[in-house]
Amino acid sequence: MKKIEAIIKPFKLDEVKDALNEMGIKGMTISEVKGYGRQKGHKEIYRGAEYIVDFIPKVKIEIIVEAAMVDAVVTKIRETANTGKIGDGKIFVLPVEEVIRVRTGETGKEAI
Amino acid sequence: MDTGDTAFMLIATAMVMLMTPGLALFYGGMVRSKNVLSTVLQSFVCLGVVSIIWVVYGYSLAFGPDVNGLIGNLDWAGLAGVGLEPGKYSATIPHLLFCAFQLMFAVITPALITGTFAERVKFPAFLLFTVLWSTLVYLPVCHWVWGGGWVSGHGGLDFAGGTVIHINSGAAALVAALMFGKRKGWGKESFHPHNLTMTMLGAGILWFGWFGFNAGSALAANGVAVNAFFTTQVATGAALLSWLIAEWLVQGKPTTLGAASGAIAGLVAITPGAGFVGPTSAILIGLVAGALCYFAVLAKSRLGYDDALDVVGVHGVGGLWGALATGLFATTAVNAAGKDGLFFGNPQLLGIQAMDAFTTIAYSVVVTFIILKFVDLVIGLRVSKEEEEQGLDLTQHSEIGYSL
Repeated sequence: MKKIEAIIKPFKLDEVKDALNEMGIKGMTISEVKGYGRQKGHKEIYRGAEYIVDFIPKVKIEIIVEAAMVDAVVTKIRETANTGKIGDGKIFVLPVEEVIRVRTGETGKEAI
Repeated sequence: MDTGDTAFMLIATAMVMLMTPGLALFYGGMVRSKNVLSTVLQSFVCLGVVSIIWVVYGYSLAFGPDVNGLIGNLDWAGLAGVGLEPGKYSATIPHLLFCAFQLMFAVITPALITGTFAERVKFPAFLLFTVLWSTLVYLPVCHWVWGGGWVSGHGGLDFAGGTVIHINSGAAALVAALMFGKRKGWGKESFHPHNLTMTMLGAGILWFGWFGFNAGSALAANGVAVNAFFTTQVATGAALLSWLIAEWLVQGKPTTLGAASGAIAGLVAITPGAGFVGPTSAILIGLVAGALCYFAVLAKSRLGYDDALDVVGVHGVGGLWGALATGLFATTAVNAAGKDGLFFGNPQLLGIQAMDAFTTIAYSVVVTFIILKFVDLVIGLRVSKEEEEQGLDLTQHSEIGYSL
């Protein structure tokens, strides 16, 4: 089992969610996050006063899938979240040791 | 005594009173949410502090019998002799009503200055500053212009207080901005206004109250009052649009804050000329005021002083423009008691207007500097860095504006 963490542009969340649902992904956790990568922060001006925006708002999606699904999910996220512009985000794939469903106590593949 | 005039002036006085809470909302919306209450309170408290000063010695020093053209004496301290019969300044309304009307002007002037040191002033320092500034700057300048002092003698025009209130507070605000220094995070953090709906409501209340301020300055329900009412409306509308268009062209977007600020710039600019210029001139005065004050606000960032809520750009620059514009556009066709300006064949008035304005600026700058040095010495002007970070609401008043 693997965990896929995708950090994407907030306005792409709906498209990515719908695309993953169509693939049969049954659940996900999302959070509003802020950060920067190569896009870096930038200066903005309001009423003549400059200020620096260091951290840019993003959405983080967390999904647990079977190892065999990873490539397909990553490809799907890449396709849907891609705008071709800097700041589209990153995808991380991490190993997961165990998954337990709280209600029934099922573990592993069944609990995803 | 005229009951019509008295009824009108009672209402005008109440409208000017409402401007101070209006200003509180206007300023309160422009700061960050952690400082909303402290900002609102600083305006509101002036209603208390200045009312007491006014009765004890303020009205007497401003309007009492003249001493060498510089200040009133203390004959009217405690409002002795200021009664319900018409007085020296008002033939048709009770003297006490004139005193009340003038009180509301004295209240809002130090409240205007609070915008410059918002988000970093110690509350006790603000209080001491307000008492000293009202006493040592407002009262003398008010006397010079309206109380029979040296300015009123040489023929400058200031219908409703462009010099006494706006140039005066704008000049003080510039000194204060320099002496307080920049807010923590200036040039790096965003100081976006936290509630522009509140600011817009405040601007609307100020606009409404300003009809009392300008039309009421006729001191009678007459044609001059109607003229002042009308010029106030159209100059303000013109300035609102002109600021909005200027920033649209420069920044690419019109803003809510720009519309509110433009309206205030127009109100400020028409104040000295409201009863002396016609409606078309008022539109021109407003159009210039909106764009001019917008560029004055932009210049602040380049010049590097942190006048938090743009008291200098709007009241100082707008007030100065209004004083000079009165020297350009005034006409005796509107008000026989006024004078003709440059565009109506009398170039001298412009020079007098400029001299009065710059004298007020010089006096206000010097005395405000001395007062702030003194306050810094005995109390200290600014809160600590840590308190500034937490916000003044919590650290100065143990309250928060919003618990959601």
